[in-house]
Amino acid sequence: MVLILLTYAAILVPLLGFGLNYLFSPNPNLRDVSTLIVACITFLLVILITFYNGSNSTELPALFTVMDGLDVRFHLEPLGLVFALIASGLWILTHIYGVGYMRANSEKNQTRFFAFFCLAISATLGIAFSANLFSLFIFYEMLTLSTFPLVAHKGTSDAIRGSRIYLGILISTSVVFFLSGIIWVFTTVGTLDFRLGGIIHSYFGDFSTILLLMLFAFGVGKAALFPFHSWLPSAMVAPTPVSALLHAVAVVKAGVFSILKIGVYIFGIDHLATTEASNWLIWLAAFTILFASTVAISKDNLKARLAYSTVSQLSYIILGLALATAIGALGAALHIVMHAFGKITLFMTAGSIYVATKKTEISDMVGLGRIMPITFFAFFVGSLSIIGIPLLGGAWSKWYLLEGAVDADLLLIIIVLLISSLMNVYYLLSVIGRGFFLKNGGGDDKSKVVIKEAPILCLIPPIATAAGSILLFFFAGRIINYLSPVFNYTGV
Amino acid sequence: MANPDVTFVAKSFMEHLPVYQVLVPFVSAPLCVLFGNRQFAWYLTFLACFISFIVSILLLNQVAEFGTISYALGGWPPPIGIEYRIDFLNAFLLVLVSGMALLTSVYLKGTIDLEVERSNQTLFLTCLLLCVSGLLGVLITGDAFNLFVFLEISSLSTYVLVAQGANKDRRALTASFDYLIMGTIGATFFVIGLGFLYAATGTLNMYDIAGRIQGDLPDRTIQVAFAFILVGLGLKGALFPLHTWLPKAYSFSPTPAAIFLASTATKVAIYAIVRFLFSVFFSHPTMLETVLVNVVMPLGILAMFVAGGIAFYQRDLKRMLAFSSVSQIGYILVGVSFMSSKGLTAAIIHLFNHGITKGLLFMCAGVIFLRYKASFYKEMSGLGRIMPWTSAAFLIGGLSLIGIPGTAGFISKWILVQAALEQGSWLIALAILLSSLIAVLYVWQVTEIMYFGDSSKKGFEISVGPFSYITIWILAVATIFFGLSTSFTLEYSSEAARVLLNEFSLTD
Repeated sequence: MVLILLTYAAILVPLLGFGLNYLFSPNPNLRDVSTLIVACITFLLVILITFYNGSNSTELPALFTVMDGLDVRFHLEPLGLVFALIASGLWILTHIYGVGYMRANSEKNQTRFFAFFCLAISATLGIAFSANLFSLFIFYEMLTLSTFPLVAHKGTSDAIRGSRIYLGILISTSVVFFLSGIIWVFTTVGTLDFRLGGIIHSYFGDFSTILLLMLFAFGVGKAALFPFHSWLPSAMVAPTPVSALLHAVAVVKAGVFSILKIGVYIFGIDHLATTEASNWLIWLAAFTILFASTVAISKDNLKARLAYSTVSQLSYIILGLALATAIGALGAALHIVMHAFGKITLFMTAGSIYVATKKTEISDMVGLGRIMPITFFAFFVGSLSIIGIPLLGGAWSKWYLLEGAVDADLLLIIIVLLISSLMNVYYLLSVIGRGFFLKNGGGDDKSKVVIKEAPILCLIPPIATAAGSILLFFFAGRIINYLSPVFNYTGV
Repeated sequence: MANPDVTFVAKSFMEHLPVYQVLVPFVSAPLCVLFGNRQFAWYLTFLACFISFIVSILLLNQVAEFGTISYALGGWPPPIGIEYRIDFLNAFLLVLVSGMALLTSVYLKGTIDLEVERSNQTLFLTCLLLCVSGLLGVLITGDAFNLFVFLEISSLSTYVLVAQGANKDRRALTASFDYLIMGTIGATFFVIGLGFLYAATGTLNMYDIAGRIQGDLPDRTIQVAFAFILVGLGLKGALFPLHTWLPKAYSFSPTPAAIFLASTATKVAIYAIVRFLFSVFFSHPTMLETVLVNVVMPLGILAMFVAGGIAFYQRDLKRMLAFSSVSQIGYILVGVSFMSSKGLTAAIIHLFNHGITKGLLFMCAGVIFLRYKASFYKEMSGLGRIMPWTSAAFLIGGLSLIGIPGTAGFISKWILVQAALEQGSWLIALAILLSSLIAVLYVWQVTEIMYFGDSSKKGFEISVGPFSYITIWILAVATIFFGLSTSFTLEYSSEAARVLLNEFSLTD
């Protein structure tokens, strides 16, 4: 009973935030503080849910039934709870950052911006708690629609064009592939519930499993698998807080989370392994990893580079699932967490650089590291985590992914992962290199260096997330223990 | 203690419900003219629509409780007299039509002064009542010729309703004339078909005809009759490519007329098609299948794409909605052409869901039109800030057109795709989903202009009464409600499909 109330509250409180934003829109301070409180309450609720639920799998009664076998229902299990914890926890930091960012840039329509942010978080939590594909789909579409105003926020023709691509790809893939996959499962199996071990194994043969997996892998466009990845770079026209939370954490992670959940609870890892239905996905994900990293290297715009880096990192997660081994899937789940902290740090620092200097191109950032040392240090920590250097959280997920590849006897995949790490080093650390070590033109600028950081509200959140990346290295064991029942993982 | 007189009256009222359904609006119409007072006419219209809505709900209850109702008009038993016959299918649609009539009558209280000259208002309401009773009559009757008469009552009054738009835009006259020509051709075809049927069977009662044309192979007369009836009703129902009258008629007619027509008129014609297919010609399944699979289904799919594409290229809100209607009719036809219980369920539930969705959209378009004196996209830029509530309601309707989960449109699409998969028609399922992407295009175009265009044009200050906004939001809530709870719509439409196919499968 407590759990039911807490779960509904966690989804409703951000919705309340949507209303509060419009209610308090005449008074921006009150509005932003109230949203902050809403964010904190939401996070607290998710913590309480996690605390009460433990690592059990708890099925809640249906919220309402649309038709026979189709109901909106929530289901608490470790994978979803971890996702919900990250999304709601990072929301607090992003909100603080967002207030600083939006005010420093004196953006218009701030009320709409923060209001739809609340809506997007509510949808994200809905995805995290969904007990069946139908509920998942409803919240998935709600997330797409609620983030549209955020992407199109500036209203310029660029923003409109970017947001059209964003919406176009996400809606078309979900309607054409995802929905037909769902209806196919429903007509064949008769249920859409997420069950440990999957529900389709006695209904789908080898070939139809491959087809179904294709529908889901491409249908969940938010996972940005090649060739449906281009919405993510287009979405970078959004203000940076959106890129930080939504396009590094909530939206894209909702995508890979959905794929992971579908893989584990609809297909079943064992079914994937026995039918070898996911073999093609391994190679497509590997291709996406290398392809996106290559494009990232060629990008001079910092946010575009980070966006392609995200595309490549998302495919790590898909790859982990496609390996169809318990340890690979665990690595995938872990990577959702680790990448979230790393990438949000990078985006926030990119935004801080923009706020302080209005610079967006990497080639312009020569010597900036000495002007904004804290920001660049945070960027450095985030980069190391993405690359997967030990003492940072990212090391663990890469470790498990590599181990998964070893388990599956795929030498080539190990090589792909290593090459990609090298590419990460190149395209992330070159920013640091320019910032700290290159000098700006000729002349004696030794005395001219004046430290000019972004406003404090834009400075603290990236430091916090960078610190989080470091902490995660030491607490990864807990997350692994918490998640292992989902994957039937019994330890090395 | 109940007074015996009261119980007697109540009982006889309940017994004669079928005839009240049609008679109440039908008798109110001349009363409006007799009194000639526009205020009085509105109250009477509202009252008539309200009563017929209540009656339709009571009828639906009776059908749910006792099964199909057969009512002999004037006490003459069926093959000789006119029979009113109500099963799940028409009981369900009676609720839609009388409900939309009720909402339209409330809506027009707020807008009629802005659209129709005062001297014409009484006559406008009279025609609306006649149109309502005509459509209800088409739904309720079991007599083929009676159906023709009611169809003409509704069509003739519709021509007048459309022509009333001339007050704003003279093109309404040509639109009405177009519709008159096409509608009359349709009616002629239909009545020729009936003539052939009468020649072949010697009866006009639909169920009697059905009994008499059973046999081995349909002879030529019956085949010809079938073709004439299908084309005739297809014209009335705007089956692609017989839809050319529809966009003009919808976009130039006064808003209340457009709302009522868009949400009911074509639906009723499609009902008549379904009725003839599955209650009259069911004994010749091969003939039905040939026509449905080779003609109706391809045309339905073509309608989804072509009319959807045309809708995308419109720059006028009302015309866009009109073409979108043609494309949505395509979905209904595809559902019918599966000839399966799921397919018919999808078609029937879409008749309902699309009825309320289009009603909602036209209501919003009407208010927008009155504010800007035009419904071109370029006029509406930034509307989201100027009319936030109406824009939000429009967005809800638009999402339902696309079929976003949580709206009524999603339910229809879901069942339709399920029906396609059940038949193993992968390609058709894919076509249905792809065509909803076209709906994304044409809906999103408007949404973008509304919410991200600059709001320099404020339009004219107009005083649309609160009634209009109330009905807009009733329908907006209904659109969401029927997307979340299908216990009403799905139960009745699947029952209706079952009843229709019951007769069908007996001969299979």
